[in-house]
Amino acid sequence: MVTSVLNYGRSGVHDWIVQRFSALVLAAYTLVMVGWLAMNGSDLTFLQWQGFMGQTWIRIFSLLAIVAMAAHAWIGLWTVATDYMKHRGLRVGFLGLIAISIFVYVVWGVSILWGF
Amino acid sequence: MLISIYRYNPETDREPYMQDIDVDMPEGKDLMVLDVLNLIKEKDETLSYRRSCREGVCGSDGMNMNGKNGLACITPISEVAKNNKLVVRPLPGLPVIRDLVVDMAIFYKQYERIKPYLQNTTPASGRERLQSPEDRAKLDGLYECILCACCSTSCPSFWWNPEKFVGPAGLLQAYRFLADNRDEATSERLSELDDPFSVFRCRGIMNCVSVCPKGLNPTKAIGHIRDMLLSRAT
Repeated sequence: MVTSVLNYGRSGVHDWIVQRFSALVLAAYTLVMVGWLAMNGSDLTFLQWQGFMGQTWIRIFSLLAIVAMAAHAWIGLWTVATDYMKHRGLRVGFLGLIAISIFVYVVWGVSILWGF
Repeated sequence: MLISIYRYNPETDREPYMQDIDVDMPEGKDLMVLDVLNLIKEKDETLSYRRSCREGVCGSDGMNMNGKNGLACITPISEVAKNNKLVVRPLPGLPVIRDLVVDMAIFYKQYERIKPYLQNTTPASGRERLQSPEDRAKLDGLYECILCACCSTSCPSFWWNPEKFVGPAGLLQAYRFLADNRDEATSERLSELDDPFSVFRCRGIMNCVSVCPKGLNPTKAIGHIRDMLLSRAT
């Protein structure tokens, strides 16, 4: 068995399921957002947008999408890095940057969604 | 016909180079790539390549012909040559020992890792372990592999992580023993494969299927292994 401490779940099946489940969540979220914008987009006001994004269900859905994005991005970019970056220092540095970026996006997303 | 061959002799060459050779092809006859290599070797005996059975059974002469892996002995010139030209290179992704001869150690290491033998600690009831025709049929499309390495050396995932990703040839054999009802080590075998590299580096691009000289389907076998891992985990 090949071991690695930096991947998401330390198990191939676990990563595989999370990658596919998070893809479904992101696809559904994209459909809802694009659908809503298609119906309301041409003369959208700030109040309409705020009203839409302020609803509890869309806040929960958005948070789910953010968490899904975080997991999806980490598994995907960890895979890309371990395929193409053979220099360990470079790879760990790159993954560190990715981890920090994802963390910032999650915290920032939560503060936008629940902070107003 | 113009044959361009990858040449490298570590004792005399500082780096590999391509040698262009004009070969007079016999009229009205379609030769195999191996026959053409033999014609060249008659004139230049320093050219090195592996071959043995010359009929696609031993798997010795896997090489890259005009960009596609295959067995030289069963690949007709008419099928691969383009504009009367043929480029012959060693299998990609493995260290070159000399000319078209590659070091297959890492390939065999991955094969060894999946324990390619029947594991059964229960004493056989008779002289041998019998199988029903249905159970035996499950091994069709798996046991025929000749380990020529055409599939694994055409797989980018194997190029990038040959020490960690088992590769299509190894995984086809892993499934051959997972699918065998006489084998008792299914759980241990799956545990050995349940990491992010061994099986899951397969991205399903099916290069392995497109090059296999025996017409086997490693991608399908990998799908079966993934299903087994998935149903065990959920």
